[in-house]
Amino acid sequence: MSNALHVIEINELSFSYDAQKEILRIPHFKLEQSEKCFLYGPSGHGKSTLLNLITGVLPQDKGSLKVLGCDFLTTSGAKKNNLRGQKIGYIFQNFNLIPYLSVKENILLPARLFGRSQSWVDSQKECDELMEKLGMTEFADIKPAQLSLGQQQRIAQARALIGKPELIVADEPTSSLDEKNTAEFMKLLIDSCEKKDLSLLFVSHDLRLEKYFDKSLSLKNINEVQA
Amino acid sequence: MSILFLSLKSLRSRLFPVSLCVISLAISVALFLGVERIRQGAEDGFTNTLSKTDLIVGARGGPLQLLLYSVFHIGNPINNIRYDSYQRYVNNRMIDWTIPFSLGDSYKGHRVVGTTEDFFEHYRYRGDSSLTLEKGKRFEGIFDVVLGNEVAKKFGHKVGDSITLAHGLNSMSQMQHKNTPFKVVGILTPTQTPVDKAVYVSLYGIEAMHIGWESGTPDEGKLVNPDKLNKEDINFSQISSFLVGAKSRIHTLRLRSMVAQDSEEPLMAIIPGLVLQQLWQLLSHIESVLKLISYCVLGIGLLGITITLYTSLQERRREMAILRSLGVGPFKITALLLTEAFSVVFLGSLIGLGLLYLCLKILGPYLESEFSIYLTGKIIMTSDLYVLLSVCAAGLIAGLIPALKASYQSIRDGLTTSA
Repeated sequence: MSNALHVIEINELSFSYDAQKEILRIPHFKLEQSEKCFLYGPSGHGKSTLLNLITGVLPQDKGSLKVLGCDFLTTSGAKKNNLRGQKIGYIFQNFNLIPYLSVKENILLPARLFGRSQSWVDSQKECDELMEKLGMTEFADIKPAQLSLGQQQRIAQARALIGKPELIVADEPTSSLDEKNTAEFMKLLIDSCEKKDLSLLFVSHDLRLEKYFDKSLSLKNINEVQA
Repeated sequence: MSILFLSLKSLRSRLFPVSLCVISLAISVALFLGVERIRQGAEDGFTNTLSKTDLIVGARGGPLQLLLYSVFHIGNPINNIRYDSYQRYVNNRMIDWTIPFSLGDSYKGHRVVGTTEDFFEHYRYRGDSSLTLEKGKRFEGIFDVVLGNEVAKKFGHKVGDSITLAHGLNSMSQMQHKNTPFKVVGILTPTQTPVDKAVYVSLYGIEAMHIGWESGTPDEGKLVNPDKLNKEDINFSQISSFLVGAKSRIHTLRLRSMVAQDSEEPLMAIIPGLVLQQLWQLLSHIESVLKLISYCVLGIGLLGITITLYTSLQERRREMAILRSLGVGPFKITALLLTEAFSVVFLGSLIGLGLLYLCLKILGPYLESEFSIYLTGKIIMTSDLYVLLSVCAAGLIAGLIPALKASYQSIRDGLTTSA
């Protein structure tokens, strides 16, 4: 189950949208529990496909992919949705927030949708704490469009972290931020992951961020299909 | 619950287009139900022009014609009924009451109806409404006349006025019964039926003004002096038709065949309710057109929802990707869009219903007085509920296309949107 050693375990995984053109072929990849992995992935190396597969959004076809103890080859779409909602926090490159929900509602959304293994009251309490930590308390009731990009990404981080997720997947979350905001964002993220003992898969093409991580890999090296 | 929360929040964020959608649907629903109400009201108003009358008896001819000239004051009787034939039926044991009508004269384009006290006593319309006098009293004297409300209003007549009736129904080039002026003694309260459009005199009056007119034109030498005429001097020769109230419903059919087989005079009896219904059927293509129009209006209202939701999908791709990343599956995305469609339709229907009730409350009396469209007083009808349910179901279907599209889009996009 979820206490398996490997949070992500890939063996001979291959994927293609149509039979002719293979996009991804990964012989081996592992992310261990509490591990923070930096995956260097410039665009065009199957990054999106890999993230869609790992989060269970895209159905896997060949090879073995296990996430949080779940074998995706034999897991139904609904179960994968549930797993993602409960245990995976996902941070997009930008536009992470639902435009018609307030900051607070955005942060609480995973808790509202799937509970994230804690009570609604606890989630609300945690949300307030997260906002305070991020210095966003005063913005609780405003809409995301009124926030700066840096603020928006911090809210997205808070949303990924709320409750008891086990894995955070981040897809170039700092690419639209300046240096100062990037540093702040990274510090908060690493800090929170350590505190909550979470595994982190961080994909970026910015090698300067490598320093924050236990392990660094390049997608170019793990994916045998070359762009 | 979370889906409902999201869809309501989403709708609120697009308040303007969504409100337009709700309003257009509300108007559609109000129109749809309104057209049905007006149709129903018109039919009720029409078929209830005359009630409680079991038979109308007249000279043999077309049933529709008999109904039209006896009740609606349209067209003319081809033949009259001999007065002694009428008397035979008055004394029939199966008959409770009769109202004779003698037609053929007019007053400034309005029919003059010769009748008796029984008219005031037994005439019923719209269920059990009887005739009442707004002013004055019933006719007593030979030359008394009671005016229908509309006639009195139109010409500004008051009780005590003296009027001259015209011979024949053609308002052009007609001869006036100048030597026998009538005195207005009463004005009927409005009924919203053809009763309002006619004037009523006694059968004595009809006979009296025609003394000396036997040839069809006034014969100066034979004309009467109204002051010297007594009721006893007047002989009735014929009437145009008469209404019959049977002692019991069972007698109606027997009376009808009895009239049809009358050996003394070729007569005919019709059941007014039946013929009124037949007449309304003749107008049914208008009804279908009205229905068709109201269906179109509703269809367009629903299409508006499809369009509004569908056009928003492109800009909502990002939102769908975010929801997907949070574990929301394609099925729930469909549910989200359907909930939005349903909320719009539900709200629109409710507002539409409110709008209709308000309009009926305000316009009802006007429609009744101007067009004889009688909106039965019952504003809220249980059938509205069925319409509402059907509209909501149709709303779900209208939302299905954008909902499926959103779901398909979210599957294809996954967590990545190039937009």
